Parts: sequence; structure tokens; C-alpha cells
Amino acid sequence: MPRLRGLPLMLYIIFLMLPIYWLLNMSFKTTNEILGGFSLWPHEFTLDNYREIFTDPTWYSGYINSITYVVMNTVISITVALPAAYAFSRYRFIGDKHLFFWLLSNRMAPPAVFALPFFQLYSAVGLFDTPFAVALAHCLFNIPLAVWILEGFMSGVPRELDETAYVDGYSFPRFFFKIFIPNISSGIGVAAFFCFMFSWVELLLAKTLTAVEAKPIAATMTRTASTSGYELGLLAAAGALTIIPGAIVIYFVRNYIAKGFALGRV
Amino acid sequence: MAVRTTNQKAWLFVLPVFLLVAFNALIPLMTVVNYSVQETFGDNVFFWEGLRWYQQVLHSERFHDALLRQLAFSFIILAIEVPLGIYIALRMPRRGPWVSVCLVLMALPLLIPWNVVGAMWNIFALPDIGLLGRAINGLGIDYNYTQEPLAAWFTVVLMDVWHWTSLVALLCYAGLCAIPDAYYQAAKIDGARPWAVFRYIQLPKLKRVLTIAILLRFMDSFMIYTEVVTLTGGGPGNATTFLSIDLVKIALGQFDLGPAAAMSLIYFLITLLVCWVFYTLMMRNEAD
Repeated sequence: MPRLRGLPLMLYIIFLMLPIYWLLNMSFKTTNEILGGFSLWPHEFTLDNYREIFTDPTWYSGYINSITYVVMNTVISITVALPAAYAFSRYRFIGDKHLFFWLLSNRMAPPAVFALPFFQLYSAVGLFDTPFAVALAHCLFNIPLAVWILEGFMSGVPRELDETAYVDGYSFPRFFFKIFIPNISSGIGVAAFFCFMFSWVELLLAKTLTAVEAKPIAATMTRTASTSGYELGLLAAAGALTIIPGAIVIYFVRNYIAKGFALGRV
Repeated sequence: MAVRTTNQKAWLFVLPVFLLVAFNALIPLMTVVNYSVQETFGDNVFFWEGLRWYQQVLHSERFHDALLRQLAFSFIILAIEVPLGIYIALRMPRRGPWVSVCLVLMALPLLIPWNVVGAMWNIFALPDIGLLGRAINGLGIDYNYTQEPLAAWFTVVLMDVWHWTSLVALLCYAGLCAIPDAYYQAAKIDGARPWAVFRYIQLPKLKRVLTIAILLRFMDSFMIYTEVVTLTGGGPGNATTFLSIDLVKIALGQFDLGPAAAMSLIYFLITLLVCWVFYTLMMRNEAD
């Protein structure tokens, strides 16, 4: 029985892996072979596509730019979300419920709605085409997300912890950094992962807010796809490389992924 | 949210978040509102137009069509992804070495940049050199997603199922893992059939995670842009031009800022309305 039980799951995972396999397959082929016909695996195995990406600055700087703004965004989001999430989970204050929904509503704002105004806003403040612009713009949906996830984790920590610490004579900052933060470290990890993820996969805003200097890798890809026509191998290699950072971080948070997606509410 | 004390100083904790999000949300939103009631001929010269753009958008066939396509898309993917996600979650192992492998492999599509997802499926579904396109044509079915609207829809839906079903599955899996073993033992003693176990033990426990899953999937599918643009470009014709794609075409392609802004706000309000309903449901669940 156990074999049969696992079969649908196996099929599903194979279904998930097939397009990724096809991308890898393409990335190891020469352009001639790709256009020459259909083949299930590369017959003339080549690393040229990857070599070009790692040696051409217009390509690899895209990766550096992407990583830069993603990391900046994650740090900013978590730093400001921590105290806010604490406030939401521990205190009642005027407008708290409305504020909480308003925060979430920004997660619902279609980026297509905001693309043009964002361009104008960041041009006006002189941040256009810098990683800062993208890092700050992604705060729009990542801060609410971080607040939500952290609030969920924090509400799981009993209030008695706070009270005991005060009785023991801890000041608030000392309690917060020495006791509270270690207690929700997995929550912070998950929130950071989600900020990383959504900043990494988003393209519309990242593309709108950059031109040359801070162009993200994903935007470099769209340019290649449209201008130089049919360099599918190169495109596939670039795509395959964008999967790696995600695969690395996912390994570390694998046991908390679901809790994070549930905004800390499972 | 358990017992909370009233403390207005908590606002100080929330202030940085409020300022950062307000900077990103309110200023652009006001820009959009501004455009939506004015006409411009460039050079920063604006004329007051009142509600004309709103009326124009609400009465335009193009908007209706795009909205209808968008709703149909969200509905179809929810109808597929939610049952499939639950099914996969039920089939996942609860313990053992395979758990981590399953989790990592299943989460992988979620971590791929959206335009790479589009590009990947573009290559994968090409009728001549793509595995999927080749396989379907090999079955004797004429399939070319760049030519036929039906094939394009099929590909877009399949791509979304590929991309996001794992999200529903992972959420349900977390919900299932939270069910104590004692529940299953009790069901076993009562001689409950698998369907009864699912219907009366598992499904009620999944209510909360499912609300979140549906909320997230509705939000994201209603805002879908990058993947579809990279895959089909909204075509063939307008077959897969969803609301967001149409919006970008009007705003950045034709530079009709007034109608685009009015459309943006209507679009945003629809999303907000649906999400508010879900949010209220979710909070009620949480209160239970």
C-alpha cells in the first residue's frame, strides 16, 4: 500500500520538476542545437551559456544588483516590522485594527496600479535607478507581510514571559533584545525568508525603478529576450541561475515554510 | 490575539512602519487619484475632468472584457488549485526522511522570479522544441499557444497550477500536522471510513488555513501580470489580456494617464472589497 499511496505525490513532483528540467536542458545546449530540433537531453553538452553570463558584466551585475536590493529590503523590513509586530501583539491602541487591515491592503495593491506613480515618486526624490529605490518600493508589500508573520509568531509567546522579565527588573530594551527576540528567532527567520522571496520574485516594480545602473537580473533577461531574438540557451542559463538563491534559502526554512505562508497563523 | 493592554505609546513602535508604508502607498495613490480626475496634454498642464474617466472606463467594453477574463482566471485556478492542494497535502508523508525532500521540491516553483516562470513555460510549451508542446502534439491534438486562444488559456492556467498549487498544499499540510493523533485514534475506534475522517476531522481543522490560502491565491491571481506577459504577451489577440495587462498597455503603452488611473482605482477597489470579505471571515475564524 505505501507505494501506491505515494504515487500521486510522485506524479505531482515530477510535474513540478519537468519545466525546470527543460530549462536546464536548454541551458546546456548550443543555440544551433536548440533551433536544430527537439532532443530530450543535450547532445552537444556546453557550458558556454553559463560562461558568457559569468564573464559579461551586463549579465553578472544584474545578479549583484538583485541580491543587493533584496538584502537591503529584507533588513529594512524586518527592522521596522519587529517593534510594530510587538505593538500589535501586546497592546491595544487607537486605530490598531484599521491600521492592521490597511497594512494588509497594501499587499493587495496590484503593482501594475502603482508602476507609473512609483517611477515619478522615486525620480522626484532622486533615488531612481539605485538599489535603494527598489528596496524601499518593495517595502510596500514586504513590511505588511513581515508585520503579519511576526505578529502571528509573537502572539504564540505567552505574555507571562514579558511580565516575568519586568518583575526580574529587566528594562524594556534589554528584555526585547535579550529575551524576546531569541524566543521568536524562528519567526524572524521565516519573515526574513518571505521578504527575501517576494522581493526576489517581483519584477514589475524593480524594472520600472531601474534603468542601467541598478538593473535586476530578471530585467536583463527580458531585454535579451526581446532584442537579440533567439538566444534561448543564454536565456535558459540565466533563468536557471535565478533558481539557485531561492533553493538555498528554502532549505534553511523548510520546516517553517507553511507557517510563514499562513502569516504565522497555523 | 490574546489579552492586550491599552497603551497609546504603542503607536511609537508602529510609527516607522507607518511612515515607510505611507510613503510608498499614499503618495503614489494620491498621484493616481490626481490623474484620474484630470486630462493632460503633457508639459504638466492639467485640466479638471471630474468623473469622466470613471464613467468612460465603467462603460467601456474593453474594461468589461478584461475584468471578465480576470475573474474567470481567478475562479478557474482556485477551482483547480484548492482541491488539488488539499489532495496533495493528504498524500504527503508526515514523518521520515522524505518530508524535507518533498517540502523543498514542492516549494521550489514559489521561489522562481515571475518572469523566469513565464520564460520557462514559454520554452516548455513551444510546439516545436518544447517538451509539453511536443508531447501534446504527439498525442494528435493540435496545440499551439501562440495561435489559439484555448491553448493559450490552457497553458496559462497550467502554468499557474504549476506555480502555486504547492502553496495551498503546504498550507494544508501545516494544518493537517496540527491535528493531534488522538483524533485519528478515536476515528479508528469508531470505525470511521477515510471519507468520514476527511469530512469530519480533517476538513474542519483546515478551515483556517484554507481561508488564508484562498485569500492569498485570489489576491495574487487577481493581480497576475509578469508571468502571463512573458508567456503569451496577453495574446493571441486579447485572449489572455487580463486586467493588469490591459492597465499597463493603457498607461505605459498608450500613455492615456487619466483612463488608466481611473481604471487602477476601480481595479484596486474590487481587490480591496473581496479581500475585506475574506479578512473579516479570517478574523472571525481566529476569534473562535
